[in-house]
Amino acid sequence: MITVNRYRCGYCGACVSVCPKEALDLVEAYIEVDDRCSNCGICTKVCPMGALELVEDEE
Amino acid sequence: MKSEYDVIVVGAGPAGSIAARTAAEHGLDVLLIEKRQEIGDPVRCAEGTGKDGLSKFMDLDPKWICAEVNGARIFAPDGSCIELTEKLAGKEVGFVLERKIFDRAVAKTAAKAGAEVQVKTQATSLLKDGKGVVCGIKGKHRGDDFEARAKVVVGADGVESRVGRWAGINTVIKPKDIETCAQFLVTDIDIKADSCDFYLGNERAPGGYVWVFPKGKREANVGLGMLGSRFTGKHPIDYLHEFMAWKFPEGKIIETVVGAVPASGMLKQLSTGGLVLVGDAGRVSDPITGGGIYNGMVSGRIAGNVISDAIEANDVSAKKLQRYDREVREELGKLLDRNYKAKEFIVKADDHLMNSVAKSLRGVDFGEMSVPKLLKEIITRNPGMFVELAGLF
Repeated sequence: MITVNRYRCGYCGACVSVCPKEALDLVEAYIEVDDRCSNCGICTKVCPMGALELVEDEE
Repeated sequence: MKSEYDVIVVGAGPAGSIAARTAAEHGLDVLLIEKRQEIGDPVRCAEGTGKDGLSKFMDLDPKWICAEVNGARIFAPDGSCIELTEKLAGKEVGFVLERKIFDRAVAKTAAKAGAEVQVKTQATSLLKDGKGVVCGIKGKHRGDDFEARAKVVVGADGVESRVGRWAGINTVIKPKDIETCAQFLVTDIDIKADSCDFYLGNERAPGGYVWVFPKGKREANVGLGMLGSRFTGKHPIDYLHEFMAWKFPEGKIIETVVGAVPASGMLKQLSTGGLVLVGDAGRVSDPITGGGIYNGMVSGRIAGNVISDAIEANDVSAKKLQRYDREVREELGKLLDRNYKAKEFIVKADDHLMNSVAKSLRGVDFGEMSVPKLLKEIITRNPGMFVELAGLF
């Protein structure tokens, strides 16, 4: 799953614009991730701040 | 807020506000919504723009102009410098804006023209009629759900646009077509206060550039954009720290700005039944420079005019609104297509090539500040090297 470090995030929306699954949304000053996320990790690479991280799902 | 309008504009940046203003000037009933609680803030922009373009849309006001510039300096990786300066003294060609104030000023002109403005109000989905034509939005207004119908919805919701996707237009940007950016507003530094400076190099900003845009005598937006596909572990903020340590170690950072700029060229489809996309949402920003304020406003004005005609003709079908696509393509499309092709080539340049190109331009008197002029000169002075570009400029 994708985690957002809200303390690092600059809420710019770069991640939202590249998400192929429409799983991300920029709501005022935070990023929401919903269950359409496919863990592709593209968003982590375009984040200017390095605020997004792809972490292993806990089973 | 009412339950019905002629036009709902989602997003109160310059493109959305101009669309709203233009539609309102035609006598339409317009709602302009902004999801943030403040229009213009937080800023996601390097704030540079051309003077001529801007004056087509706004009466110039010193309240939102931080600096006037009359030239640019481009530094190759080895430090050699290309200077593009307007020959005529006193002919300032560019501005560095205060977007927080500027965006608000543009929105005010929309309000003055008669548009209703609502902040902390976001669209969450689109309403569609039986035939799939967009006919309004669902949204949240300060946390409360609402629905409002509209004959036409304008998606002006920026790089992170979702309005287009809801209407079935694919707006997803590929990592190779996005410049991801970080910027500091730095104060108390030595700069050239009438010049926009650019630093190139794959160590500094892979597939992009560093900019130093003056915001005052000793203050500047220092930022960089890198191509999303060139990520190898370091984010823009990391490159920016390195640049700061090298160039402005004593600078004081009074603001952090982050953002992303579409470098994809404009969308193949900008409209559908009951909906048009303007500004960054339509990807009309310049693929080489990243500039999007002027292009955004151009698209906004065309949108307002086309929508007005469509509503007057009582026909907001996809076919009718295609006129918007055609007019934007006519006004901006050629330039964006050309600059996209050029960008695809330029981002592959290695540092060695950039250095040798800079050397080839030594002593050239440009006399004006323009990207086409610069590229033309590069092609002429390096015969045979840039055949891919030669036909373009």
